Amino acid sequence: MAQTEYAVRLQHVTKTFGPVVANKDVSLGVRRGEILALLGENGSGKTTLMNMIAGIYYPDEGEIYVGDKVVTIRSPRDALDLGIGMIHQHFKLVDVFTAAENIALSMGSGKYDLKKVQDKARAICEKYQFALDLNQKVYEMSVSQKQTLEIVKVLYRGADILILDEPTAVLTPQETERLFTVIRNMKADGKAVIIITHKLHEVLSISDRVAILRKGEYVGDITTKDADESTLTAMMVGEKVELNIDRPEPVNPVKRLDIQHLTVRSPEGITVLDDASFDVYGGEILGIAGISGNGQKELLEAIAGLQPTQRGASVEYYAPDAAPVQLIGKSPKAIREAGIHLSFVPEDRLGMGLVGSMGMTDNMMLKSYGKGHSPIVDRKAPHDLAETIKKELNVVTPDLNTPVSRLSGGNVQKVLVGRELAADPIVLMTAYAVRGLDINTSYTIYHLLNEQKKKGVAVIYVGEDLDVLLELCDRIVVLCGGKVNGILDGRKTTKEEVGNRMTNLVKEAKA
Amino acid sequence: MSQSTTAVREPLLRIAKREGTTLPQKILVRAVAILLALVVDALFIFFVTGLNPLAVYGVMWGGTFANMTRFSWMLRDLSILLCVGIALAPAFKMRFWNCGGEGQILIGGLIAALVMVYQGNNLPAPALFAAMAIGSMAAGALWGFVPAWFKSRWGTNETLFTLMMNYVATSIVACMTNIMRGQASSLGTLNKATKAGWFPVIMGQRYTINIIVVIVLTFAMYAYLKFSKQGYEISVVGESENTARYAGINVRRVTVRTMLISGAICGLCGFLIVAGKDQTIATTSAGGRGFTAIIVAWLAKFNTFYMALISFLLVFLERGASEIASAYSLNEYAADIITGVILFFILGSEFFINYRLILRGAHKEGK
Repeated sequence: MAQTEYAVRLQHVTKTFGPVVANKDVSLGVRRGEILALLGENGSGKTTLMNMIAGIYYPDEGEIYVGDKVVTIRSPRDALDLGIGMIHQHFKLVDVFTAAENIALSMGSGKYDLKKVQDKARAICEKYQFALDLNQKVYEMSVSQKQTLEIVKVLYRGADILILDEPTAVLTPQETERLFTVIRNMKADGKAVIIITHKLHEVLSISDRVAILRKGEYVGDITTKDADESTLTAMMVGEKVELNIDRPEPVNPVKRLDIQHLTVRSPEGITVLDDASFDVYGGEILGIAGISGNGQKELLEAIAGLQPTQRGASVEYYAPDAAPVQLIGKSPKAIREAGIHLSFVPEDRLGMGLVGSMGMTDNMMLKSYGKGHSPIVDRKAPHDLAETIKKELNVVTPDLNTPVSRLSGGNVQKVLVGRELAADPIVLMTAYAVRGLDINTSYTIYHLLNEQKKKGVAVIYVGEDLDVLLELCDRIVVLCGGKVNGILDGRKTTKEEVGNRMTNLVKEAKA
Repeated sequence: MSQSTTAVREPLLRIAKREGTTLPQKILVRAVAILLALVVDALFIFFVTGLNPLAVYGVMWGGTFANMTRFSWMLRDLSILLCVGIALAPAFKMRFWNCGGEGQILIGGLIAALVMVYQGNNLPAPALFAAMAIGSMAAGALWGFVPAWFKSRWGTNETLFTLMMNYVATSIVACMTNIMRGQASSLGTLNKATKAGWFPVIMGQRYTINIIVVIVLTFAMYAYLKFSKQGYEISVVGESENTARYAGINVRRVTVRTMLISGAICGLCGFLIVAGKDQTIATTSAGGRGFTAIIVAWLAKFNTFYMALISFLLVFLERGASEIASAYSLNEYAADIITGVILFFILGSEFFINYRLILRGAHKEGK
């Protein structure tokens, strides 16, 4: 095939970080007027590869072509000068500036003419149907609006090759649809678009072609219309993976938590969780569905004693053969000291569940270091536990003392889940337990949760992937605007029903 | 697009992380750094001051190693600097920016001096030393407690708060020296006649006790940070307050407790300065060690034994500089430049231990 047909093309690109090979001899390209989805498991080197095109990293070996010229890109500015713009997962905007001011700021040299900037930016917005108020300050914007601004910013700079790094991770389904509309508009205008994503159904709906990376190496590409979820999954993981998630029947469910009138207000006074009431049973997996930011985080943290609740809230814990214990008003330490086996895998793994700079051993004792009266920490038991978890869950780490922040996302989660399961939970709460994990690790996690369920543990699974929620959970609590908007039977309900309840409050709120 | 106008080339130098540097490599890098520093310094000495570089180096070396007295002076200065570093380590490990070491030392030293002057004739020596130590530690702890408490209650900025507490301490010391001036002329040596509150001379030096105390503290703080439950809590709080809350650690309590310890050891250092070194108190008694010790603590990554090495280096250079300045009646700045270059190269070598530079075209063979 003729080389000039590509807008940007990588040839035999290799990048290493110390001993880690992030990309090995990768060659791929994207044409004008094409949407290329870059697909791969976590740690397969997608973002690293794109960062080399965007000027964040410099390849150790290989060439990058723009058009048919070999180019050298040593900074994002070089990339933009070549018409390459990347939208990162973390936005680079000045909060106190308006949208237009942020765009003007990115121009660097030249006369500061806000009027001109606004006119040109408005023209871009109209052309591709971006919904963006140019006079709005960034701190007043939603995540989706900020993302829109980032895209407009690079288009303003004249980018005709756009790279979007997991753009939908932070968006609601509606916002995702809107984003896809503008991406299609950009494609129609002859721009080349590369989109990095994990979500197969999005790949299938938006892209023209899919390029797949596995462990830093280029596996191949496939035209989207010839692909389906199972072929893509097979290419991604290198072997056919059973898509069915196991769901054993709950055996003898016993009430473990009785949650009544749980209301949480944010420090700004906004009601984030509004009068939530439901029961949690042992031997079942209770799913919590909802668009992110609808009270899931606050719900779990309130139960764990990490969130102050409003008056009237009650969370009663039923241990086997014991009187119920009120959890509200207890600190995490008090809960632990009351002999309550409550395990919690929080959403923010390295920012809350683990200490990134510590090794596995020291992380094992995060909750148990205080045991006993000696002022000296006992590292023997945590070390043994770390050894066991490393072996049983196949945690890949050079050493038990290697800082866990240096491990890959999946291994970090194995360390965290492993520790929480080792505490013999009676209630196990997990928040986005498989977020950002590759398929194999995700299944390992599902399997571990099912094991707990079979042991009679009450598992709470806050999730975002509806397919998983529907296949894994026995019952699903749907949150909408901080309210419980229905409790559904996981075996009977449909995706449409759950999606509908996530977005629209139902009148008879209790099902 | 404008790619035709911007001729972009591979950058001249790239920086890559280095993994698994072996000990001999580390030593080699540092040795090369020191050698380079000496070469650069030699050029400076020869061309700017017109002196013989080797002779100057000899004098500098002599600042610490000329004789046993010099060596023991070095130990005296080292022990005080290290003591402050030990005091600051837990606070900084908790990511609490205790920039108030200066004030905590001064206020501790002041209390020690006051006890010495007003109770020197009343109390037997052991009781007097105990009172001085306890008083100065309590005062230092108070100076550490105030910013910690405000931070844990109202989220005030500890950097500014601890810095401001320095000025308060300095002013109190200035005020007290004025008041006490009637008892000891210009507050020179206190209790000159009775020597009450002076550490006894051991092995020919009054500061031997200082050195012993600091050696004990070095081991104790190392163990505290590494093996104790409280040390573990400090690490967790320093890394992430959210994780600490999740783990059930009372962040407020740990913050306050750690700053009490940090301040108390600074206060104790003030006591050591008064009883074992200066036998007086002045606004300059801390001598900027409250700040220098921050470098000591950070560079050593809070390992007290590394801190001892870094303190040695700093004191060696400082003594060397003043030795050069007096021996050749050089401007003090010239001496500072000489030691500054050495320090610069040694610190710079840390970069080359952790990273390597790749020159343009290093990977382009066969092109």
